[in-house]
Amino acid sequence: MNDGSILALVAILPFLGALVPGIMIRAGRNACASFTAVPTILALILLGTQVPAVMRGEVVSTTIEWLPQLGLSASFFLDGLGLLFAGMILGVGLLIILYARFYLSSDDPMGQFYTYLLLFQGAMLGIVLSDNILLLLIFWELTSLSSFLLIGYWKHLPEGRQGARMALTVTGAGGLAMIGGMLILGNIVGSYNLTDILAQGELIKASEWYMPALILILIGAFTKSAQFPFHFWLPHAMAAPTPVSAYLHSATMVKAGIFLMARMWPVLAGTEPWFYIVATTGLITMVLGAVIALFKDDLKALLAFSTVSHLGLLTMLLGFGTKAAVIAAVFHIINHLTFKAALFMTAGIVDHEAHTRDVKRLGGLAKLMPITAIIGTITALSMAGTIPLNGFISKEMMLEEAAHTVWYNNPWIVPVLATLGACFSVAYSFRFIFHVFGGPVRDDYPSTPHDPPFGLYAAPALLTVLVVLIGAMPFLAEPLVTVAANAVTGLDTHPHLKLWHGVTPALWMSVVAFAVGGVLLVLHGKLDAIWARLPRPEAKAIFDAVMERCVATAKAIAQGTHNGVMSRYLALLVVASIAVGAHAYFTSGMAAPTRELLPVPPLIWVGWLSLVAATWLVVSQHRKRFRSLIFISIIGLVISGGFVYLSAPDLALTQISVETVTIMLLLLALYFLPKDTPAESSNGKRLRDAVVAIAGGGAVAALAMAFLTRDVDSISAYHLANSYKGGGGTNVVNVILVDFRGYDTYGEIIVLGIAGLTIFALMDALLRGPAAKRLRDRAFSPDRSRDRHPLMMVVATRAMLPIAIMVGIYIFLRGHNQPGGGFVAGLVISIALLMQYMASGFAWAQLRQRIEYHSMIGWGVIIAGLTGVGAWLAGKPFLTSAYGYLHFPPIEEFEWATAMAFDLGVFLAVLGAVMLMLYSLSRIARFAGETINVTPMDHDPSEDSADEQEQKEGQ
Amino acid sequence: MEMIVASAIGVLTAGGIYLILRLRAFPVILGMALLSYAVNVFLFATGRLAVNAPPILNNYADVSYSDPLPQALVLTAIVISFGMTAVLVMIALGAYLEADSDEINMTDADEDAAENEEGQGV
Repeated sequence: MNDGSILALVAILPFLGALVPGIMIRAGRNACASFTAVPTILALILLGTQVPAVMRGEVVSTTIEWLPQLGLSASFFLDGLGLLFAGMILGVGLLIILYARFYLSSDDPMGQFYTYLLLFQGAMLGIVLSDNILLLLIFWELTSLSSFLLIGYWKHLPEGRQGARMALTVTGAGGLAMIGGMLILGNIVGSYNLTDILAQGELIKASEWYMPALILILIGAFTKSAQFPFHFWLPHAMAAPTPVSAYLHSATMVKAGIFLMARMWPVLAGTEPWFYIVATTGLITMVLGAVIALFKDDLKALLAFSTVSHLGLLTMLLGFGTKAAVIAAVFHIINHLTFKAALFMTAGIVDHEAHTRDVKRLGGLAKLMPITAIIGTITALSMAGTIPLNGFISKEMMLEEAAHTVWYNNPWIVPVLATLGACFSVAYSFRFIFHVFGGPVRDDYPSTPHDPPFGLYAAPALLTVLVVLIGAMPFLAEPLVTVAANAVTGLDTHPHLKLWHGVTPALWMSVVAFAVGGVLLVLHGKLDAIWARLPRPEAKAIFDAVMERCVATAKAIAQGTHNGVMSRYLALLVVASIAVGAHAYFTSGMAAPTRELLPVPPLIWVGWLSLVAATWLVVSQHRKRFRSLIFISIIGLVISGGFVYLSAPDLALTQISVETVTIMLLLLALYFLPKDTPAESSNGKRLRDAVVAIAGGGAVAALAMAFLTRDVDSISAYHLANSYKGGGGTNVVNVILVDFRGYDTYGEIIVLGIAGLTIFALMDALLRGPAAKRLRDRAFSPDRSRDRHPLMMVVATRAMLPIAIMVGIYIFLRGHNQPGGGFVAGLVISIALLMQYMASGFAWAQLRQRIEYHSMIGWGVIIAGLTGVGAWLAGKPFLTSAYGYLHFPPIEEFEWATAMAFDLGVFLAVLGAVMLMLYSLSRIARFAGETINVTPMDHDPSEDSADEQEQKEGQ
Repeated sequence: MEMIVASAIGVLTAGGIYLILRLRAFPVILGMALLSYAVNVFLFATGRLAVNAPPILNNYADVSYSDPLPQALVLTAIVISFGMTAVLVMIALGAYLEADSDEINMTDADEDAAENEEGQGV
């Protein structure tokens, strides 16, 4: 099976598996750990099936189109480099799952831990397998996010939370820079496919955009791989549980930056800027990290800075830009993984057993925990680069390369500094051995240490075996190093890994390193005292200060502009709109008016005058709220009349029915709100607002006048021409609603339904909160009507109900050909129903209401949606309508159209939403002490007569 | 006629703007209602004005029609603006019942309370 589709499965497996631990934790910790291991093992096996092909030098790939318009596809490919990293991620992942099972205490939520771990594993796998840089960026960000969860796993520890935030900030910011760099690369090449980009090295290096792309991508890689000056986040991330440190900070996350530099090596490396930026940064980081590591007392901090130093070493090797350096780098990636993961786990074991990681409180552990001591000593020796362990070979290769490197015409500076780094590296490795395991047994450990159970040391022991094996028989690793180095360089490399190269300059450098390292350790006490007195910048303090300034600046901007004074925002918004509009109006240079003005009959003057008068009254009388409601309803009526006159019968129908429900709604709300608005604004503010308002009104009027006097070309002619032919209806407005732009209408009824449900939910939340108590304790309207449900109103609405429903059905049915349709019909019937609520009271009417308004909205949307889907069955696009004619002999020709089913959906949704809104508002009356009426009206004369009848009969 | 419609839109807009700049929720709701009228008529008017030309196809005579497209858009806009007004009313009512005041501007006391809540989150 070599079509590569298996790769997508490998990449997705951890994500699928991430769902499992959360569930399996209920079956116990062993089951949880085992089920976490399953997806990892499966992925490892699937990866294994691809090994032969990759070893032959083939590239396995697969592509699933995702968003081809954006150049984004879910493409994966596996070459030597990918195989190396994928193997490390899954292999070490498996060891970590085992180790974490025994490391985590029973108080830690293990299911959560494994879920985060698998998410992270999936993200890392995604990075190394992606064949599309956009996809790679997504996975890159996912590693930042999932590592944030892992580092901050111990949420109760402030260091954990701060470390996680710092890691996220630094790597996230780097990720943003990298997005920019990658997009530039994609733009240069014209493709976001990694394999295409890798083939265009010459083009990219010649591009004027090479430098920006290089710098942005390197910022991403350097932040992720903790290179100077971004190295400071890594030690703080050590607040994570040790399995996380071992996984993220030895084998995976911090190597992502290295991976990226290796991946991009063929297109970015080999230039002067690359050499000076990458090699120099790597060199500085290597030396700095090694020096600081020597003076750290916390075991994990020591290992963290050692990791920083080794990452610097790898960066430097990649920066050299030679084939041999790449081979050394690839080999060192493997070796660093083996000894550093084992060392982290050893530190974890020591911490677990002795309850401290402070080197100054340890010592003499070799006698108490011999197995741990053996593992720790061997791996630390490898870290120092001791013959015959694997660390020695790659370190010799590094020194060999450094010895030949000329930096700015200076042949000495790189070898000397590399040797200096090696000296400190030897010193801190020896310190790890002698100060922790060596020396006499002490009697003041916080807890008496002894060797842990097998499960805890199995993983580091296995890695130690690898350390020794690779050291003794480096040719075992040669095939993997070969394919990986071939993949990085894109050339044929022939590495010959061997333990003994003879007496070379590199060997002498090593000898110096060991001698100086030993001296440094002997002098450690004195040096430590000097180090403690040295002034040095504290990265965390600087970081915190920078963050604080950012937060303060953001806060100042946010609170300065967003200060809670809404009337000011609105005023600014209006003024800004007027200014922009005026600028366009006066600078655009309009053509002369082309339309003749229509005459104005006297009746229109009357309507205009009443509209202006009503608006004036609403504004001037707005403090008397009830009065202003009456005036505002005049405006709605005048506008409806205007629609009739100006050839928009559908709008007139809709406007007048919406007007009715709006006024009902506002009246209901006004019952609970204060009836008067206090006079609060000063005269100055009123004047200012009036000026703004008149300017705004004038501007809109001028704009309206401008287009009303000019002709326009619109697509309406198409609608008029096709309404009958295509939609089967003569009411073009209705055909547009249910057919041409049916998708809009579909969205709109959903919005309306959501508005109804929102109101229902808001009311529900309100009535559960403190407001409910306030409602109960207050009399809202002191002057209540004494006949709440008057006889005349009840009788009239009852008689009108069937007529109103018939009118509604009539309006609905004629909608396709004459003014009307689902919107208007829904509104008309809801008014008829609301009248029943008004006449006989909420509780009385609600008791007789059998259909839930929620489900009415739901059915409306479903029916409209199904009508649209029906078009698919006929092989047409969504919401294509069909129609035809039936002929019943006694009656005239009868038209059917699928649009009608759609309109039915509109009708139901509108009816349900309007009813739900007003129903919700009326519902609060019950909380405000409204009594339940069981009779339909206050005084029922028919009962009186029945009583009289009885009395008469009684007599 | 054009002057009539344009000036009516202007008057409604001016009234609406003045009212949304008030300090209490109810006038702001009224202002939004006035602005909704203005916007709906404005959108309708983009189809230009025509008298006695409803967009109902007449199969028996060759007549002119007013522009149906803005009408269709405004029809849904009218219904949606009702929904929006209803949500606005509900929020205003909820705010009034919770805070016992229908002022729309945040007071200093509100801001202090918000600060405190933020402080607890850290």
